[in-house]
Amino acid sequence: MIKWSAKRGFTAMMIAALFLIGMALPACAAGPAQKNLILATTTSTQDSGLLDVLIPVFEKRTGYFVKTIAVGSGQAMAMGQKGEADVLLVHSPDAEKKFVAEGSGVNRMIVMHNDFIVVGPPADPAAIKGAKSTVEAFKKIAAAGSLFLSRGDNSGTHAKEKGIWKAAGINPEGQKWYQETGLGMGQTLNVAAEKKGYTLADRGTWLSLQAKLGLPILKEGDPILLNVYHVIAVNPAKWPKVNADGAKAFSDFMLSAETQGIVKTFGVEKYGGPLFFPDAGKPEYD
Amino acid sequence: MDLILEGIQKAFFLIFTLDAEVLGITLLSLKVSGTATLISLFIGISVGTAVALSRFPGRQLVVSLINTGMGLPPVVVGLFVTIFLWRNGPLGFLEILYTPTAIILAQAVIATPIVTGITLASIQHLPANLRLQILALGATRVQMVWLLVKEARLPLFAAVMAGFGGVISEVGASIMVGGNIKGYSRVLTTATVMETGRGNFDIAIALSIILLLLSFFINAILTQIQQRERPR
Amino acid sequence: MNPGDKPLILLKAEELQVKRGGTLVLDIPVLEIIAGQVLALIGPNGAGKSTLLLTLACLLKPSRGRFSFNGREIDAGRGDVDYRRRVAMVFQEPLLFDATVFDNVAAGLRIRGVGRAEIGRVVPGYLELFGIAHLAKRSARKLSGGEAQRTSLARAFVTKPEIVFLDEPFSSLDPPTREVLLGDLERIIRETRTTAVASTHDQTEALRLADRMAVMNVGKIVQIGPVAEVINRPADGFVASFVGVETVLPGRVLRSSDGVFTAAVEGGEIQAVGHLRPGERVLCCIRPEHVTLSTNIPPPGTSARNAFPGTIRKITPLGLFHRVRLDCGFDLVVYVTRQSIEELSLEEGKTVMASFKATAVHVIPRGAPPN
Repeated sequence: MIKWSAKRGFTAMMIAALFLIGMALPACAAGPAQKNLILATTTSTQDSGLLDVLIPVFEKRTGYFVKTIAVGSGQAMAMGQKGEADVLLVHSPDAEKKFVAEGSGVNRMIVMHNDFIVVGPPADPAAIKGAKSTVEAFKKIAAAGSLFLSRGDNSGTHAKEKGIWKAAGINPEGQKWYQETGLGMGQTLNVAAEKKGYTLADRGTWLSLQAKLGLPILKEGDPILLNVYHVIAVNPAKWPKVNADGAKAFSDFMLSAETQGIVKTFGVEKYGGPLFFPDAGKPEYD
Repeated sequence: MDLILEGIQKAFFLIFTLDAEVLGITLLSLKVSGTATLISLFIGISVGTAVALSRFPGRQLVVSLINTGMGLPPVVVGLFVTIFLWRNGPLGFLEILYTPTAIILAQAVIATPIVTGITLASIQHLPANLRLQILALGATRVQMVWLLVKEARLPLFAAVMAGFGGVISEVGASIMVGGNIKGYSRVLTTATVMETGRGNFDIAIALSIILLLLSFFINAILTQIQQRERPR
Repeated sequence: MNPGDKPLILLKAEELQVKRGGTLVLDIPVLEIIAGQVLALIGPNGAGKSTLLLTLACLLKPSRGRFSFNGREIDAGRGDVDYRRRVAMVFQEPLLFDATVFDNVAAGLRIRGVGRAEIGRVVPGYLELFGIAHLAKRSARKLSGGEAQRTSLARAFVTKPEIVFLDEPFSSLDPPTREVLLGDLERIIRETRTTAVASTHDQTEALRLADRMAVMNVGKIVQIGPVAEVINRPADGFVASFVGVETVLPGRVLRSSDGVFTAAVEGGEIQAVGHLRPGERVLCCIRPEHVTLSTNIPPPGTSARNAFPGTIRKITPLGLFHRVRLDCGFDLVVYVTRQSIEELSLEEGKTVMASFKATAVHVIPRGAPPN
């Protein structure tokens, strides 16, 4: 063991300093500006693992360096509104339409979809399993006053959930049984499992956790539960600094046949079924 | 309990198989936090010593600011650094948002007041006449500052550890300014948060254990140096 | 120094003033430091002794003042490093570095860029000189007060300074340690013929170390001169009350046997108790209350020790007793009660016999002469 003294320690720190700075410098090289592409997307999209497969392919093919910033749909669009992102991959249709209408985004194209599910405790205290529709299920939960966990973070999931409450004519805010976690999908599912509450989740995240969760699917398949993903480029006319070429390249890539093929087969091996359904070129659902 | 055991198993597995991704994340954590700590040492020790040894109008205010800075919430730092580094922000032209450089910057801002404050206190704590005695021995001003800093080296080692500890464990600012980009700006703390958010608790625990081991190892060396110098 | 040599003025300060917050804390029209001599600064707390030392050592910038060192003007304001490297200062606290004794003593040399080999040659000698050679490897934190101050002194002396400034170097030590260290320092200063300026509270220290003494009060030098002169002829009441009341007679030992010796002082011979060798210099100090006066002049040839005829020069009433200054060939100060003055009809101009025991003489050895 080296006998440490202040002098040796100091010399070691100096050497370490030079070493670190030397190593850190290449890591800091951002490359020429046009090579960087800031993709703002949602945590659930990232958590599904799909981007971990797609992004490297895109980067290799085009030479762009993609910075995937995974936040909620709400924050992603806020970044777009400020011109701090180049392209968005989100799933919050109403907000997206407003985003494009106000001129913040262009070329909104449908990419793929998956669906949401309503999960809850196996005991199903609000007896929503037999409900005729998701809206009805939500009404039952409110009536029974059963614990419901919301992500409460303006994500696409949250937006969908709020839409269902609205359709049911119920305002759950402030009610004792309605709790907003402000967390990502995986964590919210865990909280729901811990506290034996209901929640709305995207199938992908649920699938990856379901083995340990103990939260069975209680409602699925309802058209209202459709979760559609769009790619939107941030409007370069409004924000000249955005990487418009990169955004276009990414958009084209997402819609390409090869990519759509990857989307179709993603997750089949692991979960026995696909997590996403390719929709490029198809008409909008709404 | 099984969860923790699973986590420990996973940690060892990842370490011994030198899992490439985990290795990369660990090295990046070291690089980033190490560089930030060293930057904070250069600035902190110089400024702390300078303020300790000088008298100027408004000195009281400066000392208060330094002491307040020691308790700066890291997320606040992260938020402000992000705003500054935004494309359309004042430092947007640097184009370092969502890079490890941005994390180094944010962490340096967090650590520097800590090192400055501790240096300031330790230099002021030296005997009042020591400065004069050093000058009486024929030292130039530069030599005097160097000798004073050497005399205060015990608490200064504590400053190094405090600074390093503060940033290796920092997560809020690191996520905000770094973007937690896989293989690029993802460090141990941000990866842990992400895995927790996904519900992958075993990986999260494994990463936490690695972070703790790393932190412990470095602090053990620094402590050994410091304790060799202590009064016996 | 050989008689007839003009004293070399090493350092001269003129119109020295230090203001602190608008108040004048130091006001010295002129001060000369003479080569090869020790100047003691004595005075109450706040008199300005430390301020003066710091200013002379170029560690404190005066509000105004001129300095010349060896005839060359030095810039007191800008902290002349060259000058600071030719002098040294020791403080009341040892102010050692957190290192070994050896490294502490070598510090001044390292600062001057002296190489390791040279340091290894020079330092051990000084460790030996100050009696700390056996502590060379010990950490400064593990030293006693006396050992630490020895280290501080060795550190100052090893750079062979032309002037050493000492700010109450022994004040924080206990009396026995102080005593030993004082003796060692006195010997070293004498043997190396160091020029020094030392402040102290203790008159004995001043007597043992110093050739000249300056009494300070509220930032001014009230009296300055050879030590014996300041003590025997205080310029005013303040100096008198501060410097102590003994008669101080410098002398040289003539003969010595059985623990009793005879010293020749200016104007006579004094017998005192002590183990000293002929030729050694001493200071003989006699407290005024130990002197007895009598109007009987014994015939010459008596065996009485320390009996001197003298003329009364001045009688000063001091409350409970009177202060009588006699001229016995040397100045002798005696305290006498009012009754005794009346009974003996003592008055200025009268001749009386003054006597004191050999054991009443407080002897301060000043060692062998330089050559």
